Amino acid sequence: MINRMELLRIIQNDARLTPDNIAIMLDCDVAEVEAELSALSNEKIILGYSAQIDWEKMDKDNVVAMIEVRITPMRNKGFDHIADILCKNDKVTACYLMSGGFDLMLIYEDKNLRDVASFVSDKIAPLDGVLSTTTHFILKKYKSNGIIFEKGDTDDRQAVIL
Amino acid sequence: MSFDYQDKISEVVKNVPPSAIRRFFDLANEMKGEVISLSIGEPDFVTPWSIREAGINSLIDGYTHYSPNAGYIDTRVAISKYIKRRYDVSYDPGHEVLVTVGGSEGLDIAARALINPGDEVIIVEPCFVAYKATVLFAHGVPVVIETRQENDFKLMPEELEAAITSKTKYLILGYPSNPTGAIMTMEELSRIKDVLLKHPNVIVLSDELYCELNYDSSKPASLVCFEELKERVIMINGFSKSYAMTGFRIGYVLGPSELIAPMTKIHQYCIMCSPSMAQLAIVEAANNCDEAVSEMRDEYNHRRRIIIQGLKDAGLTCFTPMGAFYAFPSIKSTGLSSEEFCERFLKEKRVAIVPGNAFGACGEGHVRISYAASLDDIIEAMKRLKDFINKIKVGNINA
Repeated sequence: MINRMELLRIIQNDARLTPDNIAIMLDCDVAEVEAELSALSNEKIILGYSAQIDWEKMDKDNVVAMIEVRITPMRNKGFDHIADILCKNDKVTACYLMSGGFDLMLIYEDKNLRDVASFVSDKIAPLDGVLSTTTHFILKKYKSNGIIFEKGDTDDRQAVIL
Repeated sequence: MSFDYQDKISEVVKNVPPSAIRRFFDLANEMKGEVISLSIGEPDFVTPWSIREAGINSLIDGYTHYSPNAGYIDTRVAISKYIKRRYDVSYDPGHEVLVTVGGSEGLDIAARALINPGDEVIIVEPCFVAYKATVLFAHGVPVVIETRQENDFKLMPEELEAAITSKTKYLILGYPSNPTGAIMTMEELSRIKDVLLKHPNVIVLSDELYCELNYDSSKPASLVCFEELKERVIMINGFSKSYAMTGFRIGYVLGPSELIAPMTKIHQYCIMCSPSMAQLAIVEAANNCDEAVSEMRDEYNHRRRIIIQGLKDAGLTCFTPMGAFYAFPSIKSTGLSSEEFCERFLKEKRVAIVPGNAFGACGEGHVRISYAASLDDIIEAMKRLKDFINKIKVGNINA
């Protein structure tokens, strides 16, 4: 029986590992690994496999904004209705219901500040129930998804240590 | 006329041979940065942040002075509690715990505290290179027991029995083992204990630096767990390997106060005390870092399995290592010596591993492969190993 948590940790660290290697690492059959990965996908626990990319190094025009949204919850639907609408936009890369002084936190990526401003003024503000927004722009990414962006990868250990 | 330096150097020091693989060392150092290194006997992980932070905070708080010789009492209490939690064995932090500069200092001061010239010390090879040297520096006589792959490099009770004489002062036991990755289970240690009980004058120096890296059992296996033997076991331990703290140079020695006191005397005159910053960092390690250690152990275990499969795929025989972060396969089938194998593998495939004879004569015919390296490097190195073995086989057929 595969330990699901262990399997998930392994592919979270490196999604490129083949089922063959994962099976060796977990001391089980390849078929078991394939079946479990398939089950995890079907259960929507694994939602996809993506690379961690530092887009800044590609000179790509890219602005990332964190948008706080205050909302009046709708009867029977709470915050979900507006969250569902906002999540449909492909440039919204994350959406969280928050505790504290606002309700939804959106991570929104676009080409420039003007595009972000248009999204906030044209797509969020007019929605029924939205009370206010506050937009923050990310100036530099130091760490994302557990990965430090500018970390040196030199191994300072001695060549041979007995 | 030039000054005769050699004439001034102690005969004892002169007579301890340099590493058997010094030439290979030089070559590996020259090629560092160009090769995949599976030759490194220290963790590739950085020390968990909370431990580093505790060290930093100790400096901010002004802990920049000497500590008591045996170590801060808070450090000794933390070690004592950690040992109680992990081994279920009690040590009095006041008199039975000494904080040292790494496990290596423990080996050295134990040798100097215990050995009279001519005393014999039993060493189980292949083993950590400092065991024999510390005995020789203390004017002792090393008596080597050679363990073998067919016994999974474990110490056999009958071999121990045969090695003990009236001159035996102590036995050094290092499991989980560097370089073999072998472990001893409690059942196997129990048989060693039975032999030792027949020889009440023999002390045991139990090097347990890799105690947390045991893939067979969640609880360390140790001779100190046998109540009837505990009074003559000195445990050498530390956080270097399990907590990725090698550069902190901090370890500890546990044992009966009658043995810890003379060791503390040497430590007091030669070292004064262990680094204060590191002592306060290990309080955090001992108290709050079980989860970080568990995560590192899981990661090593995954790599271990990849290495074992890689060795099988390459056609090398290797017993299944269950501890530390080393595999010790036999390369006898290639017809090459350990050093020839490692040198050619380094030059032709650009992977560094260590000749087995560096760890004792019986290590000849083996190589030590460390899996304290990234998974990517290990997978690539195993591919290159397979290619290398195939190339040797073809060469042997054509020769």
